[in-house]
Amino acid sequence: MDKLKRIAATFIMAMISVFANAQDAAADANDVMKANGKIYVVMSVVIVIVLGLFIYLINLDRKITKLEKE
Amino acid sequence: MIRKPWWKIIAFVLLMYVCIMGFLVKVPTPPGVPLGHSIRNLFFHVPMWFGMMILFFTSLVYAVKYLRNPSHLLDTYSLEFARTGVVFGVLGLITGSIWAKAQWGAWWSGDAKQNGAAIALLMYFAYFVLRGSLNEEEKKSRIGAVYNIFAFFMLFPTLWILPRLVESLHPGGQGSEGNPGLNPKDSNWQMKIVFWPAVIGWTLLAVWITTLRIRLQILKEKKLSNG
Repeated sequence: MDKLKRIAATFIMAMISVFANAQDAAADANDVMKANGKIYVVMSVVIVIVLGLFIYLINLDRKITKLEKE
Repeated sequence: MIRKPWWKIIAFVLLMYVCIMGFLVKVPTPPGVPLGHSIRNLFFHVPMWFGMMILFFTSLVYAVKYLRNPSHLLDTYSLEFARTGVVFGVLGLITGSIWAKAQWGAWWSGDAKQNGAAIALLMYFAYFVLRGSLNEEEKKSRIGAVYNIFAFFMLFPTLWILPRLVESLHPGGQGSEGNPGLNPKDSNWQMKIVFWPAVIGWTLLAVWITTLRIRLQILKEKKLSNG
C-alpha cells in the first residue's frame, strides 16, 4: 500500500508541473476558439458529464459494497 | 484489490485533469494539416482504443489462466473484461465516425483502420454469441476461453498490421508514412502529457466499471446458490 501511495504521489506531482505550461497556452491570442471564450462552454459541459458519471459510479460501487456485506 | 478506492481516485483525478487540460493545452496547427482544434479528440477518441486493447489483453490473460486452472471466477473476469472492452470499442467507432465526418467528409470512408476496427469488434461480438449458444456452464467457459484467445490474436492483423500495409486517412497513414494513428507533425510534448494521463484515466474508468460488473456477477451467483 505504501508503494502505491508513492506511485500516486508521483503522478500528482507530474500533473502539477504541467499547469505552468497551461498559462502560456491560455494567453495565445491567435486562438479563435479561446479568444471568444466558447471553448470554456464545451469544457464545462464535458466536466459536468464526466463528474456525473463518476458520481453515478461511486453510488453504484457503494450499493454493491452494501450488498456484499449482507 | 478490486474493492480498494485508491486507483478509483487516481482515475477521477486524471480524467478531471484531462477534461480541463484537454481543452486548454496548446495544440500545433501547422500549415497543410487540416485537423486544427479537432486534434483535441486525441484525448477522448484515441484512449477509447487504448482502453479497449488493454481490456481485451486482460481478458486474454484471464482466459489463459482459466484454461490452465479452470475456475468459475477466472471465467467471470475474462468475460466481463471483454464486455467492457467491446463497449469502449463501440464508443471508439462512434466517436471516430463523428470525427471522420468532420475531417474526411463521410461518416464511413472504408478506411483500412475503420474497417479493421469494425471487423475486430465483430470478432468479439461473436464471442458473446458463441457463449450464449452453449448451455453447459463448463463448456461455455472453456470454448469461450479458447475463442477469446483467437479473437485477441485477430487484433494483430485487423488493427495493427493491415492498416499499416495500405494508405490510410488516419494521420500518419499517407504514402510511406506507414503508421496510421500517429503523425509527429500533429503532436507536441504538451499534448503528450495530456494524452498519456488520458489513456491511464479512461482505462482505469473502464476497469472500475468492469470490477463492478464482476462483483455483481459474483453476488448474483451467490444468491442463486443460496436460494
